[in-house]
Amino acid sequence: MPGTKIDIREVGVAFASRLVNHPVVALEDVSLGIEEGEFVCLLGPSGCGKTTLLNAIAGFIEPTGGQIRVAGRAVDGPGPDRGMVFQEYGLFPWFTVEQNIQYGPRLKGLPKDEISRISRHYVELVHLAGFEHHYPNELSGGMKQRVGIARALANQPEILLMDEPFGALDAQTRERMQDELLRLWEAERRTCVFVTHSIAEAIFLADRVILLTARPGRIKRDIRVAIARPRDRTSEAFFALYREVNTLLREEIQRASEEGDERVVGD
Amino acid sequence: MSGSSATEARPRRHRTTALGGILLTPRQRQALSVASIAGALFLWWGLTRIGLINPVLLPSPGEVFDSFVSSSLDGSLPRHVWASLLRVIEGFVLALAIALPVGVAMGMSQVVRGIVEPLIELIRPIPPIAIIPIAMLWFGIGEFSKVFIIMYGAFFPILVNTMAGFREVDPIHIRAAQTLGATRLQIFRDVILRSAFPYMVVGARLGMGLAFIVLVAAELIASSVGLGYLINDARYRFRTDEILLGMVCIGILGFLLNKLLLEADRRIVRWRAARERQG
Repeated sequence: MPGTKIDIREVGVAFASRLVNHPVVALEDVSLGIEEGEFVCLLGPSGCGKTTLLNAIAGFIEPTGGQIRVAGRAVDGPGPDRGMVFQEYGLFPWFTVEQNIQYGPRLKGLPKDEISRISRHYVELVHLAGFEHHYPNELSGGMKQRVGIARALANQPEILLMDEPFGALDAQTRERMQDELLRLWEAERRTCVFVTHSIAEAIFLADRVILLTARPGRIKRDIRVAIARPRDRTSEAFFALYREVNTLLREEIQRASEEGDERVVGD
Repeated sequence: MSGSSATEARPRRHRTTALGGILLTPRQRQALSVASIAGALFLWWGLTRIGLINPVLLPSPGEVFDSFVSSSLDGSLPRHVWASLLRVIEGFVLALAIALPVGVAMGMSQVVRGIVEPLIELIRPIPPIAIIPIAMLWFGIGEFSKVFIIMYGAFFPILVNTMAGFREVDPIHIRAAQTLGATRLQIFRDVILRSAFPYMVVGARLGMGLAFIVLVAAELIASSVGLGYLINDARYRFRTDEILLGMVCIGILGFLLNKLLLEADRRIVRWRAARERQG
């Protein structure tokens, strides 16, 4: 398929579990094609395996079935072509803001002036000018995550993977970060896979919302968000889609709790 | 977006500690330290002055100071201090040189750890004092047996803390480095060693403390120079002033070396102190 950046085919992931004596199926038969430059949100009830799917794309875990291809190459472990932004930031506390952002370019062995040009660019892009020489634990949560995003982008990945990056932030900081992220995405149009459990966040950000079922995670619905950007979080169209997705998600949450829910870690 | 730092709140600074105690400024704390030491000296002086304590058993601070001056002038005190300092440093450096690589290897490899750990756990409870007889038989009563005993004392805290440091490596940092393109060697250098480093510094500080404790024991055996020797020799001559002088010297020396390592810690592991510096 031309233009397909991430090709996920019949992917399944099962974990060995200490709580039950059979493997826990986190993902089952997930097939999904993500286009170049597309912004896709993975949405689902907690424990549905959306982070598992993201980790499989990142190469942190190996699917027990099926295959994931990125830009035509089968995923075989993590790599710099797939940048990652973590919910818990994952910043290196022993590096300053600048050193964190420069780490990827430095590993690539780029010339010094090129490295500082890149880091200046991204420091400004995420509004952290003046904080270059601060250490992460001197920053607020929102600022930390801006460093996390800048660090991932500065490495020029083909794909940006984000695992509930704003999950630890308060509601207002969160909305501001969503605006910011869209601005950054529109500037560079990188393929983006974003995991969230917030319906509003998914509808606000994504070209496509992939709704997963409760465990084992399968694709329940592939929803194209046909609302023009910039999106108004209070518009009729936004609410209408919100209600539709909410109904679908409720079904899954309901189903999960009815099944007595052998909730096991792995998400 | 601009002015974000103003909208993101920082914890308010209270005038009391969490439990309601008085919160002191660093200056006030310093003043209290000085007052505390001065008070103790004054009490010591007063007790000997009014004759409550037999001056043969506890000479006055003035007498200890006199013996400090005379032994400094005749060059004997500097010789003792230097000999002890050298032994501590030699033993400490030797302990670092062995414990750090072993700790790193144990932290990185389950196999190495599986082999070495049971041995370590069996040897560790044996106090340095109990090592002295065998060290003397093996290495004689020369310089090396003392350095060996000091090394033994400093070794375990360094090793155990280094290993603990490797367990504290956050997997998310390894993943982050992987997605930025780091090789295994780069992850080791930039993530694992960096994470474990503060623990190594803590181990080094504890090791240095133990080296000092062991020093006196090592010097009590058979030596002709050193602060431990000074104390023991003064006992035979019933010179309590010199005993106290030796004790005070060990206290001050240990205090200074610990301060030195604390300062090194603060400078090298700046990112840990960052929060305190700000607040």
